[in-house]
Amino acid sequence: MKKLLLGNEAVAAGLYEAGVKVVSSYPGTPSTEVTEFAAKYDEIYCEWAPNEKVAMEVAFGAAVAGARAFCAQKHVGLNVAADPLFTASYTGVNAGMVILVADDPGMHSSQNEQDSRHYAQASKIMMLEPSDSDECLKFIKLAFELSERFDTPVILRETTRIAHSRSLAETGERVEPDNKEYTKNPQKYVMAPANAKVKHIVVEQRILDQTAFAEKEAVEIGLNKVEYYSKKIGVITAGVCYDYAKEALGDKASYLKLGCLYPLPVQLIKDFAAQCETVYVIEELDDYIETHCLKNGINVRGKADFTLIGEYSQSLIAKVVLGEEKPTIKADIDIPVRPPVLCAGCPHRGLFYALKKAGVETVTGDIGCYTLGASKPIGMIDTCLCMGASVSSLHGRNKANPEKANKTVAVIGDSTFIHSGVTGLINIAYNKSNSVSIILDNSITGMTGHQQNPTTGYTIKGDPTSAVSLEKLAVAVGIPESNIFVCDPYNLTDSEQAVRKALDCDGPAVVISRRPCALLKYVKHNPPLSVDKEKCVGCKMCMRIGCPAISIKDGKAQIDSTQCLGCDVCSQLCKPGAIG
Amino acid sequence: MNKSVMIVGVGGQGTLLASRILGAVLLKKGYNVKLSEVHGMSQRGGSVVTYVKYGDEIASPIIEKGEADIILAFEQLEAARWLEYMKPDGKVIVNTQKIDPMSVVIGDAVYPDGVIDAIKAAGADVLELDALPVAVEAGSPKAVNVVLIGAMAKHTGIEKETWLEAVRECVPAKFLDLNIKAFELGYNI
Repeated sequence: MKKLLLGNEAVAAGLYEAGVKVVSSYPGTPSTEVTEFAAKYDEIYCEWAPNEKVAMEVAFGAAVAGARAFCAQKHVGLNVAADPLFTASYTGVNAGMVILVADDPGMHSSQNEQDSRHYAQASKIMMLEPSDSDECLKFIKLAFELSERFDTPVILRETTRIAHSRSLAETGERVEPDNKEYTKNPQKYVMAPANAKVKHIVVEQRILDQTAFAEKEAVEIGLNKVEYYSKKIGVITAGVCYDYAKEALGDKASYLKLGCLYPLPVQLIKDFAAQCETVYVIEELDDYIETHCLKNGINVRGKADFTLIGEYSQSLIAKVVLGEEKPTIKADIDIPVRPPVLCAGCPHRGLFYALKKAGVETVTGDIGCYTLGASKPIGMIDTCLCMGASVSSLHGRNKANPEKANKTVAVIGDSTFIHSGVTGLINIAYNKSNSVSIILDNSITGMTGHQQNPTTGYTIKGDPTSAVSLEKLAVAVGIPESNIFVCDPYNLTDSEQAVRKALDCDGPAVVISRRPCALLKYVKHNPPLSVDKEKCVGCKMCMRIGCPAISIKDGKAQIDSTQCLGCDVCSQLCKPGAIG
Repeated sequence: MNKSVMIVGVGGQGTLLASRILGAVLLKKGYNVKLSEVHGMSQRGGSVVTYVKYGDEIASPIIEKGEADIILAFEQLEAARWLEYMKPDGKVIVNTQKIDPMSVVIGDAVYPDGVIDAIKAAGADVLELDALPVAVEAGSPKAVNVVLIGAMAKHTGIEKETWLEAVRECVPAKFLDLNIKAFELGYNI
């Protein structure tokens, strides 16, 4: 039956139909919903892992044991999982294993714009890329067949516009495969040098076999697709760029749509290019297909006409290829930007203010909603690199600049801390660092849309489970118990005191700023606050915390009752006591 | 003939529900549909946009400059921000509610005066309405999205009953009466 499915929802439907039994992932926009939707099927064992490396190894273990298995991550998550990725290429699988990676051209919700197609080439692992939800569903099923046939993990690559677009997809029934038998085979599964040397030869032969598949069979089954219309223009493309090119050029061009991105065919591209007058490679991010064409002596136009930066679109393609632009109208006013902000009632806000009050000058930040603490008027975050880097780089800073250690802290969320902050904290304790790490424990993985994690006490299916005690974990890694402080970020005095005490400690210290995300359904809110206009002196102290519910009208503060959650942080700043 | 609708607003205003209702209506009418939304960090109080395209065959899931037939704006500044994406003869349906961006709140920028006049001066066909009090009348300020969907429904040539069916499918049962009322009030503006 045809349904209007989000790309990620269609992938989950494909997992169900393919008889997948084990799914393990770490959330990351735009990949998160695949695992959330997969968790709705009772037939699939589904979990959130502490990080992408663990998730991929869980999937690997399940596949080798004989059950079809899957893990999903965003592009930067694949960096974390790169270690198992490269060697799983050598061992191969038993039952099928598919790895989803979601790239984010245009960086809607990411810290870089890396092109994961390079991972397929570098790890020598087959990669497929769909162009709409129907292909998400079909390709994920095909990926499992190819994984088993070629004895390799297979990567399914999405980009944001495929992952987060809804289009029609044909759904079907689940085919429940029996587990494949596992037999001991150290030559295959133990990648010590002697075995790995043999396996590398197998991998190179596999690429030759897969290239032959990409040349012919992939065309027969519609994975690689040739469409001839006008041969004046030829377009070699893949993924969402195929959609953009079709909309921009219609039957003014012919198309070679590549569904198999690694390995790429050679003869198929040569034959297509030979039929067309001018051939464009249209691909977002790097010149991956273009380089392959040029290396094989195929004359194509690509990045010299297009760009390495950001998303493509039908209008970009129409402009570059046809020189056409659509007429537009414009409002003749200056429109202020509207970047995202910390929500009204966000517990991070109070902690950031406490840092300021405690005289903190430098804050190493991490990946999560609290990155927004870099924006004005809070403006506290100095760095944001990757998951866990706040804690580890704080240690580096403090070793380089020990005299500033009592003015410098790291902030990291609960989920990010478990993901890879804890290893940095072990380093701090082990290497005797005088560093203050602050865990912003909002009891959920927030920015990706509320996923459970090992600190929350619930699984992805909502079942109660053990919860990591952050206090005990800190003690266990070597932080003295007397150097661990817990505060409620809604209480500014309490939070400031906790930060001051931690900064005054001799040796490493940890502050746990604990208050659940205000958007969690179980969190009860206080009635909205309001401003007593008589008492308000217009000092704008309440504006310093950057709460979207507060604004100034006619020189006095006002609070938007539809947004205010009554967190009371602003009223603690109001000296005349006008807010209540 | 393919049609394009952009739903724009501020993260948290409920634009995603509005696009889901529209998507459900279009499916019922047998159209091919593509919707594109952005999740994640951009949701938190930032400028948000959803693209809805329908017709016989839809290739690209996104709408580009000069392509939208209708812009449904949940906030006036957002209507102005995305106006370039509309066809010059398209229609803007705009909620006159103003939400200050943080840059305005902290005094780094000003919320311009005469936003809707500027949109009209650009030559756009504008339908303006103040959806917030209507939503409050329906029972909750959060129903602004369904009021606006109601207001747009009248201009799509698709019969009201199909819209009501879609609203019933897309909203939680406990808020159904409120949302039906919000839709009706919007439709009758």
